[in-house]
Amino acid sequence: MPTITKIRKGFDIRLIGEAEKTIKEFKTNRYALKPTDFIGIFPKLLIKEGDEVKAGSPVFFDKYRDNIVFTSPVSGKISEIRRGAKRVLLEIIINTDPDISYIDFEKANPNDLTRELIIKKMLKSGVWPLIRQRPYSVIADPADNPKAIFISAFDTSPLAPDYDMIVHRQGDIFQTGLDAIAKLTSGKVHLNLKADNPSSRVFSKSKNVQINEFTGPHPAGNVSIQINHIDPINKGDIVWYLYPQDVLTIGRLFIEGKFDARRMIALTGSEVLKPRYYKTHIGASIEGMIEDNVTDIKKRFISGNVLTGSKIESTGFVGFYDSQVTIIPEGDHYEFLGWGLPNCNKFSFYRSFCSWMTPNKKFRIDTNINGGIRAFVMTGQFEKVFPMNIYPMQLIKAILIEDIDLMENLGIYEVDEEDFALCEFISTSKIEIQSIIRKGLDLMRKEMS
Amino acid sequence: MKALRNFLDKIKPQFEKGEKFEIFGSTFEAFESFLFVSDKVTSKGSHIRDSIDMKRTMSVVVIALIPALLFGMWNVGYQHFLSLGEQADFWATFWFGFLKVFPIIVVCYVVGLGIEFVFAQVRGHEVNEGFLVTGMIIPLILPPEIPLWMVAVATAFAVIIGKEVFGGTGMNILNPALTARAFLFFAYPSDMSGDKVWIAEKADALTGATPLGDALVGNIDKIPSPLEMFIGNIPGSIGETSVIAILIGAFILLYTGAGSWRIMFSVVLGGLVMGWIFNLFAINEYMQIPAWEHLIMGGFAFGAVFMATDPVTASQTNKGKFIFGFLIGLLAVLIRVINPAYPEGMMLAILFMNVFAPLIDHYVIEANIKKRLKRAKKLINI
Repeated sequence: MPTITKIRKGFDIRLIGEAEKTIKEFKTNRYALKPTDFIGIFPKLLIKEGDEVKAGSPVFFDKYRDNIVFTSPVSGKISEIRRGAKRVLLEIIINTDPDISYIDFEKANPNDLTRELIIKKMLKSGVWPLIRQRPYSVIADPADNPKAIFISAFDTSPLAPDYDMIVHRQGDIFQTGLDAIAKLTSGKVHLNLKADNPSSRVFSKSKNVQINEFTGPHPAGNVSIQINHIDPINKGDIVWYLYPQDVLTIGRLFIEGKFDARRMIALTGSEVLKPRYYKTHIGASIEGMIEDNVTDIKKRFISGNVLTGSKIESTGFVGFYDSQVTIIPEGDHYEFLGWGLPNCNKFSFYRSFCSWMTPNKKFRIDTNINGGIRAFVMTGQFEKVFPMNIYPMQLIKAILIEDIDLMENLGIYEVDEEDFALCEFISTSKIEIQSIIRKGLDLMRKEMS
Repeated sequence: MKALRNFLDKIKPQFEKGEKFEIFGSTFEAFESFLFVSDKVTSKGSHIRDSIDMKRTMSVVVIALIPALLFGMWNVGYQHFLSLGEQADFWATFWFGFLKVFPIIVVCYVVGLGIEFVFAQVRGHEVNEGFLVTGMIIPLILPPEIPLWMVAVATAFAVIIGKEVFGGTGMNILNPALTARAFLFFAYPSDMSGDKVWIAEKADALTGATPLGDALVGNIDKIPSPLEMFIGNIPGSIGETSVIAILIGAFILLYTGAGSWRIMFSVVLGGLVMGWIFNLFAINEYMQIPAWEHLIMGGFAFGAVFMATDPVTASQTNKGKFIFGFLIGLLAVLIRVINPAYPEGMMLAILFMNVFAPLIDHYVIEANIKKRLKRAKKLINI
């Protein structure tokens, strides 16, 4: 029997617009690779506008780690290279062919290959960036030997996609992926499942991994929380992590010998008329998904979930790591005495609103900040949604004063921005905590290299 | 509401930087955001935010203070008529107290908020709501007879020296309301020390100390009965006398989570423990009173519920809150019974522990750090 870890602290944000369990085939002719999806890389282009690419053709690489190559998820023509301020590379847009043609990376059984050959194949095909490391949440360094690899097979964030459904009937591919991943570490591969309801057989029958079960509210599905409870990161430790759809992509690389970037995307949020799953590829444009499928008001389009996702345009693209698109109303309007009225239609973590009395009611939440930015005043609140033995507020303050030693001592290696998303959500002082944490992680990474 | 919004939108540009009323920018923002929750949307990080904000949190505390305030107004009138030996109906009693207390509140808010607005403007940030609570607490811990100019001076001292010099709300070390009280205590001791009983416009014939002042010099029999102290129909500072009213406030704070149960619980525990210790020795009459009576005497209950729980000046870690509160309760009773100069120890106990709160937190955090280092070392040794 797998061990069950109970996470008691945390909070589920109850939003309208969960994806129905129906799947739609989705074809678009526009895809994009966004270098901004990858933390801490410095992209160097290998193609120019007008070039033809196949699925698996290198598009750019990281200047500082030139063996890490990013390849095209589909085949077609590079239609546009978009840059932002200071010529930062934003999007490399690919207009696709109706039928995708692939570069052949040769089929292989990962059990017959050495670690070096597996890494080489993954680097060359461009699936390597799917594997990331803690601390810092950057792409894993193939030269490292991680002490463990974690796969979180469930997502507890708001309106999260259901991985059980996504991996359904893909047991062989998933197992092949796991076999390849298992060779990357001398430690264990941890596959973490939700204990509350029976997981897909694809997960529960997996071999070559240690299965752990978790119960509890968000952020129980965050990989940092799972690492912290099973095999915590100490200074100098490296843990790699990835998600079920990434395992499938790696599995297909070995079974089919190609970079098959198929991915299921959950279209969610209160402003989607028919929230459901779409079968598409990494980097798909959301244009076609939202056509005739959203409300008329002013909306925010998010690649990812409402807590950690990134804002995109209505013609934007799904991020490299994202399995979800969320669309919620913009909140750029004034509300008369909004802070004072005993409004039961407002959602809150706190009991000074009555939303806690209706534990099954779901809410439509817009992007309004709901207040002004203040200094830290309230205490003891973050601890209620932060299920690790780390003092969140003290860590945030250590980052603000850039005290490297204190940050290290307070456990910065164990955390990621996403773990603080709930703290940011419930913050009475409306402090932008996730960007503070990112700043701290970047600073640590710079100091340690 | 639309008309009001349009009006605000119309005049708003004049308060922006470089315009005619620039110096009232913060003031305008404060009033605007009081009337309307701003239209600002999230730009980075989480795309949605909780409906809570500082205004709501602070108004919960203000609401929690209202029972003590209303009772205090009535009691000011009641004590007045009692001392004169006159009979007055409920409304006349309340009205007398209202006329005594309301000016104190107004002075306190006008002075305090005025200073806050100026500092917010100079510093270029929004006006913080913290003073809404401070400005309500200060009147409640003052005697009803206090001259208004003293209220103004004390409030100004508390806001400037107690809070703004440290960087404003959230940065202060001492509880601002208690800073005001302590200022008056040391600057005008004749009005504040408890040698003269606190009854508004009392009969001249009525002399004597406050109940705790009496107890300290050995007149234990002058302490009101526990029932009276619980209900609160005794002389004292405006808002501190009624334990019932304070308990209603405590319920509101605990129910909404605005006040820390850890602190309230441990202050009470600390007071009881010190009371029991005195009972063990019991070398004078004051030491013999039951430990639980200390909880309903003087400002203990008010301090435990509304002042010790100030999140900014209390310990910030959960473990630290237990230690912080326990020591407050302990010290308050200790000072009250032992120290001849101070009939009531709650104010000094809280201020003292405010100073020590960062130290308590420091050791709690150190323990966490040590645990993490130990975990790392254990692995190396395997």
